[in-house]
Amino acid sequence: MGAHHDDLHDAAEPDGRALRLGIGGPVGSGKTALVAALCRSLGPSMRLGVVTNDIYTTEDADFLRRAGVIDPERILAVQTGCCPHTAIRDDIAANLDAVETLEERFGPLDLVIVESGGDNLTATFSRGLADRQIFVLDVSGGDKVPRKGGPGVTSADLLVVNKTDLAPMVGADLTVMSRDAAAVRDGKPVLFTSIREDRGAHAVAEWVTDMVDAWRHEHGEPHHHPVHGAAQQAQAS
Amino acid sequence: MGADAALLLLADSRLPAGGHAHSGGVEEAVRLGAVTGTGDLARFLRGRLATAGLVTAALAAAACELAAADDPADDPADGVELWRRLDAEADARTASPAQREAARTQGRLLLRTSRRMWPSAALDTLARAVPEGPHHPVALGAAGASAGCTPRQAALAAAYTSVTGPATAAVRLLGLDPVTVHRLLADLAPALDDAAHAACASLGDAARQGRWHALPGHSAPALDLLAEGHLTNPMKLFVS
Ligand SMILES: Nc1nc2c(ncn2[C@@H]2O[C@H](COP(=O)(O)OP(=O)(O)OP(=O)(O)O)[C@@H](O)[C@H]2O)c(=O)[nH]1
Ligand SMILES: [Mg+2]
Repeated sequence: MGAHHDDLHDAAEPDGRALRLGIGGPVGSGKTALVAALCRSLGPSMRLGVVTNDIYTTEDADFLRRAGVIDPERILAVQTGCCPHTAIRDDIAANLDAVETLEERFGPLDLVIVESGGDNLTATFSRGLADRQIFVLDVSGGDKVPRKGGPGVTSADLLVVNKTDLAPMVGADLTVMSRDAAAVRDGKPVLFTSIREDRGAHAVAEWVTDMVDAWRHEHGEPHHHPVHGAAQQAQAS
Repeated sequence: MGADAALLLLADSRLPAGGHAHSGGVEEAVRLGAVTGTGDLARFLRGRLATAGLVTAALAAAACELAAADDPADDPADGVELWRRLDAEADARTASPAQREAARTQGRLLLRTSRRMWPSAALDTLARAVPEGPHHPVALGAAGASAGCTPRQAALAAAYTSVTGPATAAVRLLGLDPVTVHRLLADLAPALDDAAHAACASLGDAARQGRWHALPGHSAPALDLLAEGHLTNPMKLFVS
């Protein structure tokens, strides 16, 4: 590596690397359940990596490791110091470091999923970190949530409304949610899921597969290239 | 002289280099009941500045000087060797393995960010010399030089971040009045200037030859213990 053509870690440099998919949404809406479901559905056909951003240490990462849906070493947990949205939006350095460490250790990968810590309706991923993003709501937060909007609901590439199995119990009207979401999302897709009943979240997995295919078409086959020092060292040790 | 505006960018807590997730031992001190309010926070910060703060300020100043002396005409292997030696000086002054790990993580992230903000041959050499990530003050000094800062400014940035990160963490963890805590920081301002001054005074003229043994090596056993204890906390919010 010469001093002059050294990579500048430009996160926006997309050619020849995995699609980075952010999964955000309020606390407990089913983000980790969705990550597990995607690993179940996509694991057999794609090379995956997962980064979690727990509020408290490694709860989500531990859940995924126990679920046995992905090689535990392909999950890295990032700590966010009380500010989950900072780590995915304003200061993405630790998350990028984790993503690139996975790519360096296990690459080439097809898809790296970054789960945000549960947060509020304004938390979205920086484009420097996630190429595409899914925002996960659940019906138990009330059918008013899509109407309240916020950047997560309005701008995510895909809005997932999870736990439809609970709708009758909490009196949530899915038609209202669907109509309100469509009104603020300008034609971008919305999918209703019950990951409890469909453990592979198949409709979402299909959407992600389309995204990965389109990404590869546009940016070429992912290939392995040394990204940064941490990973080099991690690999060597 | 130096680059005043660049110094502001370098020391700003909004610099996207991962610093927001480190509490500098405050989270563990809060957990143990050693820091419960603004009174003991003030003592914690003063102690931190007088020990770890001063040492990191001196290391940052040394790194800034070394980076500024980087001459593309020199043999790159010499540069790599000098950076490794300076980083080893930082290691020698950091007793706790947990703290070394945290310092390297922060240094790696700062290097990643600063290489995009202020690309330079010195930063490239440093990245090559310490691929797992240099100690944070070493990266900070090198970044400062690349941004046009003087060793004194780099030292000031190091001293400043050694107390502002922990102060912010305490505000979040204890729900302290943020203005009261910033008053504590304002009260520390003269001590920050003094630390930067002392850091530079310790450099001497041997630093250019890579002889840094005269840099201060103040230890803070309580901070070391806090850093180690933090790792055992299953409910931690901060990396360190
Ligand atoms: N009834 C029902 N429960 C679900 C569904 N999906 C997830 N859950 C449950 O909801 C709870 C929270 O799910 P998680 O996947 O941990 O949610 P999360 O968004 O990752 O939560 P945080 O990371 O803590 O913000 C768990 O107890 C899941 O089993 C669903 O479709 N229906
Ligand atoms: Mg989760």
